[in-house]
Amino acid sequence: MKNRINQLFETKKENILSVYFTAGFPKLNDTVEIIQQLEKNGVDLIEIGIPFSDPTADGPIIQKSSEAALKNGMSLNLLFEQLKTIRESVNIPLVLMGYFNPVLQFGVEKFCKKCAEIGIDGTILPDLPLNEFEQEYEHIFRKNNLHNILLITPQTSEKRIKQIDKASSGFIYMVSSASTTGTGKKVEDFQQDYFEKIQQMNLKNPCIIGFGISDKATFNNACKYARGAIIGSAFVKSISNNDLFVESIPVFIQNILGK
Amino acid sequence: MKYQVNDKGYYGEFGGAWIPEMMYTNIDELKRRYLEIIESAEFKNEFDLLLKDYVGRPSPLYFAKRLSEHYGTKIYLKREDLNHTGSHKLNNTIGQILLAQKLGKTRIIAETGAGQHGVATATVCALKGIQCVVYMGALDVSRQAPNVKKMKMLGAEVIPVHSGNKTLKDATNEAMRDWISNPVDTHYIIGSVVGPHPYPDMVARFQSVISAEMKLQLLEQTNSEFPTRIIACVGGGSNAAGAFYHFLDDEQVELIGVEAAGKGIETEETAATLLVGSPGVLHASKTMLMQNKDGQITEPYSISAGLDYPGIGPLHAHLHKTGRAKFLAATDEEVLQAALLITQKEGIIPALESAHALVTLEKIKMQPEDVNVINLSGSGNKDMETYLNYFGY
Ligand SMILES: Cc1ncc(COP(=O)(O)O)c(C=O)c1O
Repeated sequence: MKNRINQLFETKKENILSVYFTAGFPKLNDTVEIIQQLEKNGVDLIEIGIPFSDPTADGPIIQKSSEAALKNGMSLNLLFEQLKTIRESVNIPLVLMGYFNPVLQFGVEKFCKKCAEIGIDGTILPDLPLNEFEQEYEHIFRKNNLHNILLITPQTSEKRIKQIDKASSGFIYMVSSASTTGTGKKVEDFQQDYFEKIQQMNLKNPCIIGFGISDKATFNNACKYARGAIIGSAFVKSISNNDLFVESIPVFIQNILGK
Repeated sequence: MKYQVNDKGYYGEFGGAWIPEMMYTNIDELKRRYLEIIESAEFKNEFDLLLKDYVGRPSPLYFAKRLSEHYGTKIYLKREDLNHTGSHKLNNTIGQILLAQKLGKTRIIAETGAGQHGVATATVCALKGIQCVVYMGALDVSRQAPNVKKMKMLGAEVIPVHSGNKTLKDATNEAMRDWISNPVDTHYIIGSVVGPHPYPDMVARFQSVISAEMKLQLLEQTNSEFPTRIIACVGGGSNAAGAFYHFLDDEQVELIGVEAAGKGIETEETAATLLVGSPGVLHASKTMLMQNKDGQITEPYSISAGLDYPGIGPLHAHLHKTGRAKFLAATDEEVLQAALLITQKEGIIPALESAHALVTLEKIKMQPEDVNVINLSGSGNKDMETYLNYFGY
């Protein structure tokens, strides 16, 4: 079967909305219902966060959600268990995002196989760098029809962007500014020159912008320069103190996508 | 050269640079330039001069007569406690501040546990007039108040870290986040032989002055460059790396690293990473870690804040794996007794970290003619409160 990420980018040319949340938060068994709600309300792609004890690229909101999820008892084993039948109810592409050590301990090969079995379409593993990925793991991901999404940042040189584009499949995750997640560097700080440079490079992979996308204005601005954008911390925050995300998710998404 | 880092940044299977892309440009620049800079004549001159006139090197190699008699062997102490700021940490921060200047950086960040590396970093920043931000776990901020005050007086900003267990690991996380957010003007002075390549190699090189001096001093005092064994405590492993460095290929010299057993390696309250850990990736390095079966990092414990870290430098993971060095662990209790013994036999109050190395003398078989060198990594000034509370003076 064709990878759902590729299908998405073939059929939808702009304003792709991707949402990140941390699995096991706010409550341990919310995972499936959050995914269903997000799809139902018009989200195009979902990044399911695998919590880690030491999330060095994340700001306070995702740190807190990860800590809470681990306290709740979340693990990769349990996450796969929760997602076992997710494809009976959900059709949009699903990506697992997390730090490398839990995947390494689970077993990279076993992890990729599980993803394929369940119908996961890609992974984002920020601390698995390109050289290590290519040398050790790329063939395993490919065999399981998994796109490993790579990042670029405003500091990434043109030469390296080309290298990353060549090695990428699915899409490229464009980090909007030098920051961790959820630190609130806003639209006006967005590096327009960087965005325009990437646009002009005509990369073979589509780009999605992430970090600092929190509302309609930042989403729309990002979509001027890329095929879509990713909302993480702002969404996690919106469900933080909320037993009623069934009601809050439609409102949150409507605020982004609505007229 | 069997134990040196290879061109991919690995010691055997350990090491590498498991960095998120956000850190790539900085790490790549360091990797490309560190050797060229630190091997240049200009750098060497400046570094050596500061080590001599500012740090107070060479540090003495002292024959500990009464301690030797007590154990029936020959014991020499490499007196890193006599360095300016009271530990080996300054060797590294001097090197890195010079490097940071050559790279054109105008802001320095660091993590600290006990505060020794924080003080050493704040010191070189004052020396060079460079802005300094030190991340310190909130728990350590309250445990190590005197060092916090020193850093502030030196002009550094100390930021308490409230995430996780509020100790060294969390301070390191936060320093990495700062670097991700400030990639252009900032250099991160890591305090041990940990983190992504090239840090483990770079910090080991700066600390290698310890073993370079030892060789000369041993030759003068014992007529041989080669001791029977060298013993050092291991947190991240920088003082041990420095003490072992020039002896790594001299396989006749026994190398012993001592980890913090805390309340015992069979308990949960320990920091003996090599003895209870397994391979994994943390702080951008593949090394031995304390972790649970799901790959979540577990919280270490030691009476000494400087050894209270759930990882270890990849060099030591490799030395352990290959058997080139032996690693032991000392409990809090053993450490306090060893500290008291050397204090009353030699008039030297050691840092709690360094006292871990001294415990080895109780545990291994030594011959009368053996030459044992203990790297006394730091002074006990910072630990007086712990000692006073325990011994009830
Ligand atoms: C005196 C002293 N020794 C040893 C250490 C442990 O560090 P390392 O293993 O890098 O030498 C510290 C750390 O704070 C220290 O202050």
